[in-house]
Amino acid sequence: MTVNPYLPLPYRVIAVRQDTPDTATVELRPVGAAIPEPAPGQFTMLYMLGVGEAPISVSGAPIEGAPLAQTLRGVGAVSKAIIRLQPGEELGVRGPYGTIWPVAEADGHDVLFIAGGLGLAPLRPAVRHVLANRERYGRVSLLYGTRSPQDILYRDELAMWRRMLDVQIEVTVDRAHRSWHGAVGVVTELIPRAGVDPSRTIAMVCGPEIMMRFSVQALQAAGMPCEHIYVSMERSMKCGVGLCGRCQFGPDFVCKQGAVMRYDRIAHIFTVREI
Amino acid sequence: MSASGFPKAGVVLSLDGLQALIDALAARGYQVLGPVEHDGAIGTGHIAGIADLPAGRTDRQEAGSYRLDDRDDGALFGYAVGPGSWKRHLHRPIETLFKVRRVGDELSFEPPREPPARTALLGVRSCELAAIAIQDRVFQGGRYVNTEYAARRANIFLVAVNCGDPASTCFCSSLNTGPRARRGYDIALTELVDGRHEFLAEPGSDSGAALLAYLPNRPATEADWQAADAVAAHAAAQIHRRLPAEGLKEALQQHPEHPHWEEVAARCLACANCTNVCPTCFCTTIDDHSDLDGHGAARVRRWDSCFNGDFSYVHGGAVRTQTRSRYRQWLTHKLANWWDQFGTSGCVGCGRCIAWCPAGIDLTVEATSIVDSISAEAKAHGVA
Repeated sequence: MTVNPYLPLPYRVIAVRQDTPDTATVELRPVGAAIPEPAPGQFTMLYMLGVGEAPISVSGAPIEGAPLAQTLRGVGAVSKAIIRLQPGEELGVRGPYGTIWPVAEADGHDVLFIAGGLGLAPLRPAVRHVLANRERYGRVSLLYGTRSPQDILYRDELAMWRRMLDVQIEVTVDRAHRSWHGAVGVVTELIPRAGVDPSRTIAMVCGPEIMMRFSVQALQAAGMPCEHIYVSMERSMKCGVGLCGRCQFGPDFVCKQGAVMRYDRIAHIFTVREI
Repeated sequence: MSASGFPKAGVVLSLDGLQALIDALAARGYQVLGPVEHDGAIGTGHIAGIADLPAGRTDRQEAGSYRLDDRDDGALFGYAVGPGSWKRHLHRPIETLFKVRRVGDELSFEPPREPPARTALLGVRSCELAAIAIQDRVFQGGRYVNTEYAARRANIFLVAVNCGDPASTCFCSSLNTGPRARRGYDIALTELVDGRHEFLAEPGSDSGAALLAYLPNRPATEADWQAADAVAAHAAAQIHRRLPAEGLKEALQQHPEHPHWEEVAARCLACANCTNVCPTCFCTTIDDHSDLDGHGAARVRRWDSCFNGDFSYVHGGAVRTQTRSRYRQWLTHKLANWWDQFGTSGCVGCGRCIAWCPAGIDLTVEATSIVDSISAEAKAHGVA
């Protein structure tokens, strides 16, 4: 009989790293069988006994032998319960599901990452992949915006990337105390200043829908063709495997044709309200 | 060859022959489900014999209205479709997906091991066969399979009944899904009440043919076939509602801001009746049902609806807060996006959503209105 696609595999918590006051990255190892290796941009369904299940992007791949790492902001019942787990406790994992960031299509191109808030988490595996294969890509830029300096994810890793001499890392915050000496403003303001060549750049954009909408506008204003822009959509999701019907976005299921979607495929509905 | 691709063959069953069919199915280990009258409507339930069928009953359906009535010919299948479609027997309203236990820190997951019962569905209409074919694509046509559906589907025996008396809400003919069953059945019956009470029975599968051969019957004559043709012609002639044949998909997909969505929303109660009675609507939610000791739970899937407020909930709120957006999602998915997703319309023309809408909203009228206004506008701009 065919495998029941709803059935999770037990995973054990190895570590929980607090990234910001409300966000943590859990590192997981399979107790027995493991899910297939996730590709950059894919997500899993994480299950907490007695609470429920939530689709969460993989934020830790793709390093050989590394634990499965997933970054969650504690906003719902499931995510709050998961970031309170202690090492040794178990949860359920199934997946990975969904499309992947165009790290293969971007081969030979410049790469522009634009992340808003928690949107850096799903992008991190793609950034790591590009930097681990640096010679295959042209200019590499990451523009990252958060609400405040306290909300900046992966500070150590950002600092490490910034030390590389051929990577552009720009961080901006919506508002800050005077102790912050970096940029203040929305991430889209960094786009015209990034100096990207729109014709040879692939943009990967991830963040709140409103942030992606303005980012796409700014990229188009800079002359970037729609088929060079990729966004990661979010919709309600219960199954992750195309059976529950909830994540429909026009004719697409976000769990199957997304979450990463090439912008020209969805441009006609991307700005339609409540679609 | 008949249209089903099975050699055109038919036998005639008497009322006793129909009883023998039910008995033979039961003897082969099938639980037999068929049309039964309950709560003022014709639904589906267990059938021990022909005495359980709604003899001499019919339905009168209109937008927002369903009433049972008597008929004087004693027909056993003299009505159209009721509110409860066969969907509930294949894609159950509530279903346990798996159970989980925690001992110490260790979790163990167990799928339910309930063996699916062999089930015979008696009295399945042509539109329902089309709906089952659509659900086959939705639930077992992709990379991931709804295994509970697939297990039940593999153990189903389908006895179709050709419609003789469609309701005013029916529009299967404009979708080419009826009123006569063409494929997807094991046996198809046409009830003949032209001064006699017999059934023309056609096999649609090897198992259907084998079962018919076992029953007391007589070979169908040319006159029997003509009588069955007359039933089908009479049924077809009674169907007046229709969906637009052309331009529907494009009209819905390319005009999400059409003013008509607002107009429908002023009448729609977002009650989800239409999605509950629809034989193809498949959307679900999943809940955790915790054990009292806190160390175990069941994951339970149940029918949901795109009209419910929390259906589109993501962190921060629902994506579709307005009734306008929800009705647009339902109709656009059903009649347009379904083609991109599953290579077919999601509508079979059964008309249930029309009859069971408390506001009497008729999707054929709403869809036609949008298509017509768009083609009128295109003509006005000289691009038609």
